[in-house]
This record gives sequence, structure tokens and C-alpha cells, in this order.
Amino acid sequence: MEELFGYRRENGRVGVRNHVVILPVDDISNAACEAVARHIEGTLALPHSYGRLQYGEDLELHFRTMIGTGSNPNVAAAVVIGIEENWTKRVADGIAKTGKPVASFSIEGSGDLETVRRASWKAKEFVQWASELRREAVELKDLTVSIKCGESDTTTGLGSCPTVGTAVDVLVDEGASVFFGETSELTGGEHLIAERMATPELREKFEVTYDAYVSGIESRGVDLLGSQPTQGNVAGGISTIEEKALGNIEKTGTREVIGVLEPAEAPQDGPGLYFMDSSSAAAEHVTLMAAGGAVVHMFPTGQGNVVGNPILPVIKVTANPKTASSMAEHIDVDVSGLLSREITLPEAGELLMDNLRRTVNGRVTSAEALGHREFSMTKLYPSA
Amino acid sequence: MHKFLIHKKGDHVGVATSDIEAGEEVAGVYMDDDSTVEVASKGEIPLGHKIAVEECEPGGAVIEYGVQIGAAPEGLSVGDYVHTHNLKSARW
Repeated sequence: MEELFGYRRENGRVGVRNHVVILPVDDISNAACEAVARHIEGTLALPHSYGRLQYGEDLELHFRTMIGTGSNPNVAAAVVIGIEENWTKRVADGIAKTGKPVASFSIEGSGDLETVRRASWKAKEFVQWASELRREAVELKDLTVSIKCGESDTTTGLGSCPTVGTAVDVLVDEGASVFFGETSELTGGEHLIAERMATPELREKFEVTYDAYVSGIESRGVDLLGSQPTQGNVAGGISTIEEKALGNIEKTGTREVIGVLEPAEAPQDGPGLYFMDSSSAAAEHVTLMAAGGAVVHMFPTGQGNVVGNPILPVIKVTANPKTASSMAEHIDVDVSGLLSREITLPEAGELLMDNLRRTVNGRVTSAEALGHREFSMTKLYPSA
Repeated sequence: MHKFLIHKKGDHVGVATSDIEAGEEVAGVYMDDDSTVEVASKGEIPLGHKIAVEECEPGGAVIEYGVQIGAAPEGLSVGDYVHTHNLKSARW
């Protein structure tokens, strides 16, 4: 079996990529961050749409996502740029707790050009420092892996989700951590997840979290008919949210769930399988999981979701033979042999684990090769 | 060669793993015990779409994965193409 090599960071956590990120605290600092990334090869700007006049829980989620992204073990060092000093420093200080190099710059009082000049010098220093870091031998137990499916159809429930579920059981048994979520997409199978909670307290926390998400939708006087399942799901043969949920849940494997996380929350307990309250929209979901500390993502798809993430390699798995052929450039692991029964589920799980190991060791995923770097913040309510 | 798979014994529906023609006699395999079933399809069923393998009475619960996935307001007969026209969510 292929040995694993990763980047062990200052706090002991293990990354599988070695990014130097240029992180805007707010939307109006995107331009400066993108200018720095244009100047300094090997850096990665993470532009997004928010960060001004947010408040309460929504603001807390913003900070958690910013700090979590910078703290992710796939990030070697971070340059943080914001319009004003206080919030910029709050993000930089949060990332600095990991022990990794962080520098922060605020634009007010000096303008974009001077900020870009100073931040570019720092970014160059960080890139050259990070370029000399070396991978070292690591184990599966050092990894945090996230899962979420997209453009699901019935082949995901038959093939690609059970394949991921097989890999999840292997990872959890080896002592890794695994995150799953997609709160509204558990509808119809939420009782199956509730039954797998390790303690009655966790079960109650999960049920409260699930009910709050669904009642939040209902409080707007609407339901999700037409959105959940999506038009793509229906075209692929999924008829109801319950059917979609049951396919979705196949990918969580069979182990007990040892924690219920807030969106973008990093677990404080030990290794195991965690539920994270989250949107089912692919880019938002993967962004939250990365902010919670996931370093690689397994993504089953049926009709062919193309999502990627700037700092987290996303591995696409499909069991749909039409998608494996018509969207071949997006697919990393083809398990369509499960539908024709030419391969068994354990064999499919091994194909995925082999790809996961190679991805950890640096193999570029299809989403990375195609430049998919969707960084999408979750917003809980309108800005003030 | 099978043309559809059924998750569990007792499920009302199986999932086409190849495109199925109307009137075609097709074989399905139960994934939990590898037993087989033969059904005459009453409609064109694209890959990934569902075929009824058990009767369901009007308004009855429709089972897949051994769990309810919705209700069939008009009921289902064996061989029916099953999708949003005859299978509705019980949640929204």
C-alpha cells in the first residue's frame, strides 16, 4: 500500500497541500489581494463577497470561516488584508494561534497601492519560506476528510455514495476524522442519523440543529419543492427529498457520530465521524468543511457536479456510466462497474482509497487541474 | 444480464442501470441477497430512473432502501415507470 506523505504544521496538524493564501477580510479588499497574488507567483488570493456590516451569529460565522480557512493545515502561511485594522487583526490573530506565519495589512490610511506593495514583500518572503518545507511520512489517522455529494441521481445512492461510505468506515477505523453535513438534505432519513449519535445529548443536539434549519426555511412561508431535490436530481431519476436523503446518507458509512459541529467549527474532541450543520450547496459546503479543518474531500456525483475548492483537493467519484464518459475530465474515480456488477463494493472502496492516498501525496485532482477554486461563504441573514 | 437493481427485499421500486424500452422483459437483482426478479416494463425508463417491482395501493407509502421515500397517490402496479408524476414526497 502506498505510503503517505504530508506537511506537518507547527501545531502538529497535517496538510496535503502547501498554499500561501492572500485572504481578504471583506469584499472591498479583494482587489488588493488579487493584485498581490498577481505579483507573487505561488500565492493564492481567496476573493469573496462579504465581511461588511454583518452582525451577531452571521458575523461570528464570517470570522470562523476566515480564521478556519487561514488555519487549515493545507495553508503554509497567510497574508490577511482588510479595509480597517480591528477586524483584520482579529482574523490574523486567530490564524496565528496555529503557529504558522501570518501577516496582516489594513488599507484605510494608506490606500491599495501602498498596501499591495507592503503585502507583496511579505507574500514573497512566505512563498520562498514555504517552498523549502518538505513532506514527511504521515498516517491516515493524521487526516481530516470531508464528504458531500452533488448533482446526485439514483446512481449515487446505488454506487458512488456507498463507495464513499466504505472509505469513511476505513478512515474512521484508522483513527482519522471525517465531516459530513447537508442538513436539509437529510430530510426523510434524519432519524437514521439521529440513531447513530454516540450519546443521548448528541442526539438531542442533532435534532435541535436539524429542526432549526428546516423551520428556518418554513418560517419564510415556503418549502423546498422544486429546489430540493434539484432539477438535476429529478432529471437523474430522483423523485423526492426522502429518496435523495437516503442515497446521500449511504456515503456516511456505518460508524457512530461523535460530534455535532456548528458551520465551519473545528472539532475540539478526538478523531471520529462528525456532523456539521451546513448548506447542501456544493461550494458553500466544501468551504465550510475546509474552514473546519478538512484537508481532502470525497465527492460522489451522479449527473456531474464540477465543484472544487481553492485549498482543499476535491476527489470526484461517479457510478453513472453516462457521466463517467460524457464528463470524463471531471471524474477521478469511476465506479460504474458497481451498476453492471463487474466490481464489488469493497473493490470500489479500495479504488477510492487508492486515489485518496495518491491525492494526499500530491496527485492533482480533476477539479484542481481544471482550475475549480470555488470559495463561497455561507451567509445566515442580510447585512445591516 | 440485469437491467435494474433493487436496494432491499420489500422495496417497491428498482433503479434502471441501463435504458429500458416500453414492453421490455427485464431482469433485476436485489442487492441485499443477490436474488433476481423479472418484470415487464410498462414505460420507457432511462438509466437511473425507477421501475415498480411491487404493487402499491392508492395513497400507500412507497419503500426504497427499506425506508419510505414518499407516497403514490394513484398507487403503483408492477412494471410502472415511477417518478414525480406518480410518486410524491411526504415531507414537502
